[in-house]
Amino acid sequence: MHKAVEGFEDLSPEDKERLEQSGMMLSSENRCGSFFQADQDVRHTSCTYEGIEMLPTAEALKKYDWLKDYYWNLVDKDKDEYTRYVADQEPRGYTIIAKKGSKNIFPLQTCLFMATDDIQTVHNIIIAEEGAELHLITGCVSSHSVGHGSHYGITEFYVGKDALISTTMIHTWGEDVTVVPRSAAKLEQNSTFLSNYISMKPVKRVQMYPEAWLTGENSVARFSSVVLAPEGSELDLGQRAILEAKGTSAELISRVITRGGTVVSRSHIVGGAEETRGHIECKGLILEDGIIHAIPEIEGRLTNTSLSHEAAVGKIARDEIEYLMARGLDEEEATATIIRGFLDVKIQGLPDSLQRQIDAAIDAAEDGF
Amino acid sequence: MLNVENLHVEVGGKEVIHGVDLQIPEGETHVLMGPNGSGKTTLLRSIMGFSNYTVTEGRIIFRGHDVTELPLYERARYGMGLMFQRPPTISGLKLGKLLDVMAGGSPAKAYEYAEMMNMSSFLDRDLNANFSGGEIKRSEVLQLMVQQPDFVMLDEPESGVDLENIALIGKAIARLVDKDRHIINRHKSGLIITHTGFIMDYLEADAGHMLCNGEIRCRGNPREILKVIQEHGYQECIECTKL
Repeated sequence: MHKAVEGFEDLSPEDKERLEQSGMMLSSENRCGSFFQADQDVRHTSCTYEGIEMLPTAEALKKYDWLKDYYWNLVDKDKDEYTRYVADQEPRGYTIIAKKGSKNIFPLQTCLFMATDDIQTVHNIIIAEEGAELHLITGCVSSHSVGHGSHYGITEFYVGKDALISTTMIHTWGEDVTVVPRSAAKLEQNSTFLSNYISMKPVKRVQMYPEAWLTGENSVARFSSVVLAPEGSELDLGQRAILEAKGTSAELISRVITRGGTVVSRSHIVGGAEETRGHIECKGLILEDGIIHAIPEIEGRLTNTSLSHEAAVGKIARDEIEYLMARGLDEEEATATIIRGFLDVKIQGLPDSLQRQIDAAIDAAEDGF
Repeated sequence: MLNVENLHVEVGGKEVIHGVDLQIPEGETHVLMGPNGSGKTTLLRSIMGFSNYTVTEGRIIFRGHDVTELPLYERARYGMGLMFQRPPTISGLKLGKLLDVMAGGSPAKAYEYAEMMNMSSFLDRDLNANFSGGEIKRSEVLQLMVQQPDFVMLDEPESGVDLENIALIGKAIARLVDKDRHIINRHKSGLIITHTGFIMDYLEADAGHMLCNGEIRCRGNPREILKVIQEHGYQECIECTKL
């Protein structure tokens, strides 16, 4: 019998379904730990894997004096009005410390839930010590009953030498919710950072531009985003990798579909050290009226860096639809099959269970295509 | 199986097919020959029902029903299949995923066919992305094996294929059109566009048609027609007024 996550059982069936759409397991099944914050209240924190410690950030800052060096270290608290607002609040959110050499087979899940029309703030710190492997899935969800609301989130990732962090964030916000995450990661020698972002549900506005600073030699960062923008959604999304050390590499992949919404899809790789490599792949499909503005930037600062990008925005080609229709699929099935393929981003290094969760979140949105 | 009557087809407002009559009985496979630009591919795509091909006159009767106005996918579901000469690349869509969708949830047979066509290692590849000429043809035949059409049209199945692959593809096509069965047990039919006639090394075609400038100019024994072309070129057919 798997232990229930405290706080989940109080939710309405509609909200439980929304949590599940964001990859949350209502019991602790296939999870090595769970964190649940509803509005500004931390309702549940548990972690059964002894190599990993998860605790509310407020508690972590009291428990570990050294943590203050990690707090507001990668994200500048004076960056903008949102960071300043969060800095003025009592710290919420979670801190995860994956101890040296630890490896969680089952991912940790963290759920940031908005139950009322208010502002939710979080400040998360995630640390993978030398040789650790940490997999995390985060469900960002607003209640079906929430009208207006805002979520401001700070997340700082520290990926130690030879360590790996995979973070998969699935958004299920509401039509009038504004979301402003501010995230950054620092990578040490031979480390890997995998950041996956899925947003298939309506949201009023999202603005984010996470950064990865590859400061350790041969470290690797890979950002993957899969986004659907329904009518009324305004998404300003970006991802940046700064290749500061020899042999570092980054890949920024995004798949964007608009059905009337507006998406600005930014990507930026800075090749600032010897033998660095970076690639940006941004593909957009306009299904109905809507805007996709792809802005891939590659910035080489020395001769021995290799950077490339490909960006394409358009509608589904008629010959592709008719090719599948010749195999017996009607137009709707053919279109959905092509879109599902378009969104199919396989992420190397991700456990199968998390890949399945990503696939399920995208599959669940098929009606929205 | 198929009865095309006085078919006229326009592409981009210009008539390309000028009154073609074509009958392919059940259990027979015919070949379609003709110079480049004569309208062979247009004829096949018109029979299949692609949107850029407007039938302005005539009828397409398939299995006793007039399908001239039927949408493309309904013709496919009704038993027509087409092997594309140059299929589009569909980024992200895996060949295996398409076979799953086509197989309707019982993909075991599809994987068996993939093995037969040496395509197992392509199931996780984006459809037609960076496939070689032979791989494209094997993928097309594999899809048709899963689709199991009663009437299959093949647009230059041997073009761009090496000798080893021609044997594999030729034998598979022969099975698709029941040529591996005794003559009285053949129910499937085919129409194959060929320039070289290599495909006839693997299946005996029952009849041949020569298409020139959007008109059928000759019918008869396919090997004899091919021999005339080889010896005298297409000009002989263009000038011939036998039909």
